[in-house]
Amino acid sequence: MLDTLILSRIQFAANISFHILFPTITIALCWILFFFKLRFDLTDNPVWMRAYRFWVKIFALTFALGVVSGITMSFQFGTNWPGYMETVGNIAGPLLGYEVLTAFFLEATFLGIMLFGIKRVPSKVHTFSALMVAIGTTLSAFWILALNSWMQTPTGYEIRDGVVHATSWLEVIFNPSFPYRLAHMLLASGLTAAFFVCGLSAYRILKGDGKQAPRLALKTGLILAAVLAPLQAFVGDLHGLNTFEHQPQKIAAMEGVWETEHGAPLLLFAIPDEETRSNHFEVGVPRLASLILTHKADGEIPGLNEFEGDHPPVKPMFFGFRIMVGMGLLMLATAWAGCYLLRRRKALPKPFLKLLVAMTFSGWVATLAGWYVTEIGRQPWLVTGILKTADAVTPVAPANVGLSLALYLIVYVILMWAYIHTLKRMALKSVYVEEFETAEPVADGSLTNLPHSAQTSNRAGGAA
Amino acid sequence: MNEVINHSGDWLPVVFIGLMGLAVLAYAILDGYDLGVGILLPMGEEDERQRDTMIASIGPFWDANETWLVLAVGLLLIAFPAAHSLILMQLYIPVAIMLIGLIMRGVAFDFRAKAAVDHKLAWDRTFKIGSLITTLTQGYMLGQYVMGFDQSLSAILFCGLSAFGVTAAYCYIGAAWLVLKTEAKLQTRAVRWTRRAGRASLLGVVAVCLVNPLVNPGVFDRWFTFPLVMFVLLIPTLCFIGFITNDLLLRRLPKTADRHSALPFALVVGIFVLCFSGLGFSFFPDIVPGQMNIWEAASARESLQFILVGAVIVVPVILMYTFFSYRVFHGKATDLHYH
Repeated sequence: MLDTLILSRIQFAANISFHILFPTITIALCWILFFFKLRFDLTDNPVWMRAYRFWVKIFALTFALGVVSGITMSFQFGTNWPGYMETVGNIAGPLLGYEVLTAFFLEATFLGIMLFGIKRVPSKVHTFSALMVAIGTTLSAFWILALNSWMQTPTGYEIRDGVVHATSWLEVIFNPSFPYRLAHMLLASGLTAAFFVCGLSAYRILKGDGKQAPRLALKTGLILAAVLAPLQAFVGDLHGLNTFEHQPQKIAAMEGVWETEHGAPLLLFAIPDEETRSNHFEVGVPRLASLILTHKADGEIPGLNEFEGDHPPVKPMFFGFRIMVGMGLLMLATAWAGCYLLRRRKALPKPFLKLLVAMTFSGWVATLAGWYVTEIGRQPWLVTGILKTADAVTPVAPANVGLSLALYLIVYVILMWAYIHTLKRMALKSVYVEEFETAEPVADGSLTNLPHSAQTSNRAGGAA
Repeated sequence: MNEVINHSGDWLPVVFIGLMGLAVLAYAILDGYDLGVGILLPMGEEDERQRDTMIASIGPFWDANETWLVLAVGLLLIAFPAAHSLILMQLYIPVAIMLIGLIMRGVAFDFRAKAAVDHKLAWDRTFKIGSLITTLTQGYMLGQYVMGFDQSLSAILFCGLSAFGVTAAYCYIGAAWLVLKTEAKLQTRAVRWTRRAGRASLLGVVAVCLVNPLVNPGVFDRWFTFPLVMFVLLIPTLCFIGFITNDLLLRRLPKTADRHSALPFALVVGIFVLCFSGLGFSFFPDIVPGQMNIWEAASARESLQFILVGAVIVVPVILMYTFFSYRVFHGKATDLHYH
């Protein structure tokens, strides 16, 4: 029988994994929307407005999923991890509180104006609302990453009677890993949103959309990805160096280093084995790991055996890290190839468009893999050096946790299906319907205003 | 009241319970009306346009309204972490079900406008059922909270009563919101809903008022000890006057030129404030009735100070732009369009 600890961990992982998918898109997508709207205000080119109108609907849907899955998160701490709040509540509470106060209300309120108020306020005020939502989503990331980074590399605190008290809020917020993690996450969001925009736009073009708006959005997405991808590689490297300094056991697990090594190879592939505490089928580039992490070819990398009993499980770390990096490299290559093709040929060839469609959610894969690495990499600690995960869990009966977990999983599967299905519907619909410029739609959000033939062919397209 | 005097030097927890009370009250009123509108959705085939208008009336607001719940839970967690884990562990299953309800209505709201025609009705049903699940579980949890998380049969019955009462109250405020925000046929319908929901709420309030002091000896003592009894009797009296006035007013609505259409909503808000202060008065300074007071549950002073500074600066700004948003969307709701 599974115990409450395992079930609670699975439930938390399920909740946060499902939740992070949507903010990862919306944090950056909102800045893209602000950019579209601003370009429209500055140039009066209606194509920008059409691109805005399509993407703001996608944004609203994605945002709603982020909000509702986020509300579950705010209850999780109390229901499943009471030990967390009892021990570090003095730190976590205020940081989460600032997130609600400075970010949630801002984004929620201005979202209303952004979505429904375009005719009720001057265009500049509307663009300002989009900016406020973008600032809100980014502030939200700021606070939650401050808390997460503090859990990884806690500073600015003291322990009195087993309870953590803040001694310096600046040190708590700007703890050593925070700037790197925040930058890494914001760039990840930018890349995720860029490929999301490219993928859906490519899908529209492939389905026969001859309009300018998807091409403009596709170009914006590709250029954004081409700029952010190398930047992300750079920031990711800095983040890794920072982790090497503060959480060496995490790096050892990511790189599959068991014994402390001088001149450690960069393993491209291996199967780590915790039983024998060694790797099978190693394929590596000699000395490269040492060179990357210490900037010396024979630099020392502490091995997992130095941290026996106090390091994370190795397999998920090792593979998670490689999935993230591999996906990042693929995104970099795709974005650059896309920009090159756009420059040379003006229009993207069909196979490349198909590749972009296939990569619509590539950002999700990389983001989830990266978060698994950093979160599993903190185990067995919930807050490094202060609180172990096993000590924070609720005394609630396993059956109760099992029930809530089953409920969440069912809901998440249905929602994910509905989300992707609806995205497809919206993209298909926009192939036939102009992004309403002058005339009001007859029945907004339904397909009734399509010509009959278009509707049938679109059904067929949907089934294919 | 002795605890209050003993702790007179330590005022931070009192400030925070006040802030939390405000957040809960704001949530009950604001998300209350949009939950109520969700429950009241008529599901007939010919009602589609009315459903569109009803949902349009809450469209720009629901997300911000729900944020008050996050703030309330957040404040509980920030200021009273011990109470936070105690309460949420006791309410584990109802909280999970409420969250499912909130998820259902939150996503249905967006999906209904974007899904294909044949799915729209299904999402409207999801919205209605999600709203109902949310209000029933919230009422049940309120009952559990008042009963000190007692699981006996009589306590469960009381929780059922509370679930009904809270749902009726949310319908009441939701219907009154519709009287304010809609016109013509739908408004006439909303007037009828408001009257019915008002009567059901009155029943609920009376029942809870009778049962609560009987089962909670502490509450009984506090309510019926002179001189507080004068003050305590004032609340139900005013509440009762509010219900009756509203019922009489609704009989004459809608009037020509839409006169007095905002009055029912204002009256219901008044009733909510009264009921809420009655409840708060029954338990203050306990944060978990009979088990833990706000000083026992409070978190460290430096944490409370840190967040208080932020709250003092940010909350007025939040109120300002919330006010701005309601100004932008004043007047009658028209069909909702994502522009």
